[in-house]
Amino acid sequence: MKEYILKRLAMLVVVLLGVSIITFVLVRAAPGDPAIHLAGEHASAAVIEKIREKYHLNDPIYIQYLIWIKMALQGDLGRSIESHEMVATEIIERLPTTLELSLVAIIIASILGVIAGVLSAVRQYSAVDYSVMFGALFGVSMPVFWLGLMMLFIFGVKLDLMPIGGRLTAGVYLERITGLYVLDSILTLNGEAFLDTIKHLILPSVALATIPMATIARMTRSSMLEVLRQDYIRTERAKGLSERVVVYKHAIKNALIPIVTVIGMNIGLLMGGAVLTETIFTLPGLGKYIADAILAYDYPVVQGFTLFFATAFVVINLITDLIYVYIDPRIRYR
Amino acid sequence: MTPNTTPDKLTPAPAPDTETRVKRRTRFQDIVRQLKKNKSAMFGLGMMAIIVILCVGAPLFAPHGPYDSDLDRGLKPGFWSDEMIPGYILGTDYLGRDILTRILYGGRVTLSVGFVALGFAVTMGIIMGTSSGYFGGMVDNVVMRVVDILFAYPALLLALVVAGTLGRGIDKAMLAIGIVYTPQMARVMRGAVLTIKEMEYIEAEHAIGSSTWRIILRHVLPNSMAPIIVYSTLMLATAILDAAALGFLGVGAQAPSPEWGLALSISRKYLVAGAWWAATFPGIAILISVISLNLLGDGLRDALDPRLKGGAKL
Repeated sequence: MKEYILKRLAMLVVVLLGVSIITFVLVRAAPGDPAIHLAGEHASAAVIEKIREKYHLNDPIYIQYLIWIKMALQGDLGRSIESHEMVATEIIERLPTTLELSLVAIIIASILGVIAGVLSAVRQYSAVDYSVMFGALFGVSMPVFWLGLMMLFIFGVKLDLMPIGGRLTAGVYLERITGLYVLDSILTLNGEAFLDTIKHLILPSVALATIPMATIARMTRSSMLEVLRQDYIRTERAKGLSERVVVYKHAIKNALIPIVTVIGMNIGLLMGGAVLTETIFTLPGLGKYIADAILAYDYPVVQGFTLFFATAFVVINLITDLIYVYIDPRIRYR
Repeated sequence: MTPNTTPDKLTPAPAPDTETRVKRRTRFQDIVRQLKKNKSAMFGLGMMAIIVILCVGAPLFAPHGPYDSDLDRGLKPGFWSDEMIPGYILGTDYLGRDILTRILYGGRVTLSVGFVALGFAVTMGIIMGTSSGYFGGMVDNVVMRVVDILFAYPALLLALVVAGTLGRGIDKAMLAIGIVYTPQMARVMRGAVLTIKEMEYIEAEHAIGSSTWRIILRHVLPNSMAPIIVYSTLMLATAILDAAALGFLGVGAQAPSPEWGLALSISRKYLVAGAWWAATFPGIAILISVISLNLLGDGLRDALDPRLKGGAKL
């Protein structure tokens, strides 16, 4: 196990190095002179030269890369052209919004997905099975942005049941501790803010949960069907254990192992979905941050954010893999 | 170790050729037969064929021009309402353009972004995966590390960043999505090649002195077609979703293109005013196309490669 972790960590370093190079080169390959971008269209030649000097733009590209990566390692991802704020600070400010949204979405997706998958496997080829699989087909095929808009129109505009965007209604006060509003409102025992936050979270998190829920349901079903055909399940049935004990106590445990990977795989999907969901529901999270930065050609933000995000994503993937190995001793990792 | 420049007259040289040709044809017929039995896959194939025909033939089928605007008939509802303007069954958008017409023309854009991106990914993936799997060693190491690195970005995010930094437009969107899907295809291909490489018929080819190219083109590629076709179909479905998502976010197709995602994005402003149709129908078009491809892909998977059945979608 130790050896495996060390090997994976070594690979992680290689991947992160590659990620940083690609991120750097990608943004540098973007059309336009970064100095003119920073100085503005109508800046004088002297100002542009000064900026070039200041940001080491006259140095060879590998020196520029080294300077950038050194600063990044010290937590300095540069400054946004639009807001003039530090990119790292802005990321930290916006992280809780995305984290809260994704956590709620993955919880919804996991619980409902697993329940649906188990039900449909236990009653294979029944009406329940067909409707779950039909629903899952719709789920994996769903354009998240369209679903979000439709929910917004039906529940927010037509029925006027839900807010159409943002995290809190203007005028509702909430003391910010963690930035996760659900948690903050519980910590400060603020009932009004709690209900308001939940109301704001429902539509975006359900929209975001759709695709992962569908993939989890599909995966649970096939994994459960496979486990139910195993010899030890047959033995348990033969020795007279009730179907409930067999399914819910023994089969489900092994069936859930691959689900961990699926949930891990879905984190990337969630991040892509967060860009769309946050744009639709005007949530001030990381997804909206990067979408706005790209539309505004705010390259320092794009560069810093991409590096941060890819790093986080790789680390999350590693953790999922390690959990997988830990809970399933049958896997002899290579 | 004399090189096989002249075929040995004693060995029936053309035999392997005819044999593979015959085998390949029956294999293909086999696939078609398997697929025909799968009703939902045939349904998906049929739907997709209809969608493609309608979109390609948009100038023939569309009742109006995609850019015919008239502010006087802006945001008028369609067949469900008395206010419908005759001839505009799905209503009009904010510039008074016919929504049905724009969906047909928009499909040309969205679907071609998906198809071209997929074509790029499949070509690159096959090249990378085959060299990686067949040659192994150093090549494998380098290619797979590149794949690992590309996998380090969440797919839509990488596509967004690539398309956004390259500039905007459908060509950038095609390239961006193509790059994002390449590593998946490379992994699938590598896995297939690794299995085939160990087969006895490959050993036989080595023994008769066939060139590497010959082995790859005549044996490795044809025999790894099954997973490629299955994954291509399923990936095409997500590529179309991503194409529309990029259009929606504003880095793909640009106005006044009727691209589905873009049309949806522009029309969402009018949802609050109650004009739901302008944003709803392009979304339904995306949904139907993606469902059709997923049905076909799932059916193909079951028919072509039962081992992949129920496996995780990469």
